[in-house]
Order: sequence, then C-alpha cells, then structure tokens
Amino acid sequence: MSSPFLLAAGEVGGDFFRERDVGDLCQAQRGHVFCWDWAQENIDRFGTPTVQHLQIVVPAILIGFVVAFALALLSHRTRWLQPPLLAATGVLYTIPSIAFFFLLLPLTGLGRDTAIIVLAAYTLQIIYRNTILGLNNVPAAVKDAARGMGLTPRQILWKVELPLAIPEIIAGLRVAVVSTIAIATLAVLISAGGLGTEMYGSNLTFPTSIIIAAAIVMLMALAFDAILLLVQRFTTPWRRVAQS
Amino acid sequence: MTAALPLASFTGAFEFIFTPQDSNVTGGKKVGGFDKSLELLVKHLEVTLLALAIALVIALPLGLYLGHRGKGEQFAIGLGNAGRAIPELAVIALVAVLIGVGLANVAPVLAILGIPPILTNAYVGVRQVDRSTVDAARGMGMSEMAIIRKVELPIAVPTVMGGIRSGAIAILATATIAPLAGVETLGDFILNRNVYGENGLLAGAILVALLALTIEGLLALLQRRLTSDGLKLKTV
Repeated sequence: MSSPFLLAAGEVGGDFFRERDVGDLCQAQRGHVFCWDWAQENIDRFGTPTVQHLQIVVPAILIGFVVAFALALLSHRTRWLQPPLLAATGVLYTIPSIAFFFLLLPLTGLGRDTAIIVLAAYTLQIIYRNTILGLNNVPAAVKDAARGMGLTPRQILWKVELPLAIPEIIAGLRVAVVSTIAIATLAVLISAGGLGTEMYGSNLTFPTSIIIAAAIVMLMALAFDAILLLVQRFTTPWRRVAQS
Repeated sequence: MTAALPLASFTGAFEFIFTPQDSNVTGGKKVGGFDKSLELLVKHLEVTLLALAIALVIALPLGLYLGHRGKGEQFAIGLGNAGRAIPELAVIALVAVLIGVGLANVAPVLAILGIPPILTNAYVGVRQVDRSTVDAARGMGMSEMAIIRKVELPIAVPTVMGGIRSGAIAILATATIAPLAGVETLGDFILNRNVYGENGLLAGAILVALLALTIEGLLALLQRRLTSDGLKLKTV
C-alpha cells in the first residue's frame, strides 16, 4: 500500500488496547474520565512519544533561533530590512500549523523533517521581533559611552548591545519554546510521531491517554521555561545586583 | 481506501477547490468543488467568530478591569503563559469524549484558546498607559468607567488588538481540527483524506491558510482605523 496515510493510521495503535488493556483493567471504570489502573500499567508507552516529541521540538527551536538571530544581526545595521522581515515572518506565524504542515506535503512529504521545518518557521517571528526590540532598546547613551571608550562597532554589538538585549531575547525564546512544544502535538497528523500519537487515532476516544499525554506536554513546556529563566539569571548577573 | 490515492499537487488542489472530483470511497459521487469549499469556508468562519465573540465577552472586560485596577498581575500574565502550553489536539479530543460533539459544545471550548492572549494583552495594554495621564483624567473629574473607555482603552488599542489578533488566529487554527468533535469546518478536507483524497487535503490547507491571512489582514486594518492618529506617530 503506497499511501503514507494508511501507515499513519496503523502506527497510532489500532484497536488493540481498547480491546485488551482497557477491557481488562478498566472494566469497572468504563465511562470514567481517568482510569488509574490503565495509567499505572501503561505509563511506559509514553516514553517513546516523549523522546520523539523532543526530537521534533529541540531541532526546530535551535534552527529557528539561529535563523532569527542571524536575521536580527543582519537587519541591525541595515534598518530598512526590519519592516519587510517582520512582515515576512509574520505571515509564516499567521498560517495555522495544520495548514502549514500540509502545504509542505508536496515539497517535503510526511515525517519529522516537515514538522521541524514548520515549527522552526513558526518561531522566527517571535524570536526575531524580540531580538531587534532588545537591540533597539539599548540606550543611546550606553552606546556612546562604549564608543567613547574606543570599542569598535563589532565590539559594541557583542559586548554591550547583545548582553543588554538578553532579557528580551530570552523572553521571546520562552514564548517560542512553550508554543512550539504545544503545537508539536499536531505533528501526528503528518506521521512525525510525538506525544500527539497518544491523543489521536484510536486514542481519540480514550481520555486517560489524552490527559497523560497533555500533562507530559505541559510539564515539558514548564521545564523548558524554567531552564530558560535560569539561563537568563546566569547570563545577566547585573540585573540581580540591581534588584537586591 | 483500496486504490492508491493520487499524489497531492498544487494544481490538483486548485482543481479540487473549483470543480468536484472523483473519490475512491463515495461510489462514483463527486467530492469537493466550489460549492462545497465555500460552504465549509463559511462554516469555518462561523465557528471562529462565535468562539471569538465568547472569548471577547469574557476576556476583554476582565483584562481591562484588572489592568485599570492594577490587580491580578500574576493571574493576567500567568494565564497568557499557561495558555500557550495547552495542546489544541487534547482540548478538541477531550471535549468530544467528555462534554459532547457539535457546535454548542465546541465553540465555548475553542473560546478557551482565545481568552489568554486577549486577557493578557488587555491587561498589559492598560497597565502601560502613563499613570500621570490617568491621574490627569481623574483630576478632570472623569469617572473610573470614563477613564477606562475614553483614556486607557484608546491608548491601549494597539496592544489590545494585538491580543485579539492572536486569539482569533489561535481559534481559527484550532477550528481546523473541530471535525474531530463533530463540527464541520475546512478541516473536513484535511481529516477525511480517504474521502477527499490528497488533493482535497492540500486544498483544505490552502483555504485555511488563506482564511487566516485574510482575517489577520482585516484585523490589522481595523487596528489602524481604531488607533488614534496621535499614537501612530510613535514607531514601534
């Protein structure tokens, strides 16, 4: 069978688990919102989807960050590039992710690569906008002082402007990371795996599986958010001094 | 489902949008075409607008009020952050199993996805208004309602509208998977791929993308119209 969609449907699990696992473990709880017995027995099956989820999210964010950061540096000196770049990344950000996945189908086909491209494209707007915002917000007096101390434009960028822009850059990254982790659940629609597999197909009517998968997604988002906050704390020590 | 579907192509997708095509499973009945596309487009828009209206009624007054009083910052900002972490697929799947299918059940749940950006931006927009401006208005004898309506809201328009745009797009995007909960939208073309074929799938994606860009464009125009000329002088 050549249609990749049929493979996708098979991959999601068929009916085996509602017949067997749920039948045995949740007989008394049929119709209940959350079946603890099934959850305890089947928590293992969420390991692979979680890893797959990370395999989509992490490359997407890294690519998105590198591209957006490069665009921000490029348009930092050539200011006229900023409005068209903001508009272009804005268009990518507006296209709903599901539509975006399938628009790429004739070009890149099904699977993880397409998911990574779409999610990376998604992060561009937020990271790019926040990075130029951060750079533009650096007070002119600070730049003048740096120039007066004899720093070259390159040194001013890397030693003065970028460090001062870190809070905005990280704020953008946090938004990008959290929304990317949530949107990556839709990657199941293009057979890219991830935690969406535990919500879709035959799992679509089984709340226990959906709730566990959604909880993992949200915990993952929370964890990444916390890591980025820590990164910000360690990369901007002067802010802590100022606060205390 | 037995015969292999034709591979998706953009020309095929556009043909699907305008002229009904053969399907593998409907027994000779044609699928797609302009009438069907338009019908689903209108339905998609209806679901989106209904959910957006519900979200606006709840989130906008609450956000403006909290921003005006300067209360509940943790709540207003935290809600915006938490809202982004909600997986849409789980929301739609759970509403279908636990609450029920159909527009009456799905629209309020879709609204939940629009509430966080609208509320957070309304709060932030009003909070950003210079306190001395508000004090001046109060000194002129304006009531608190008048201050919100005539001073804070007009100044906060760009931020408030930004939230409404995000909310509208989030709702419109999620409405694409609403067919999983028994609400017909353009997502039908995408999710019922065995009926509509791969060209139908691509056609659905094209229509959803165009609809989102159109709505975003219209809301951006509305934002320009609502923003007072004095505020436009400031470049963002």
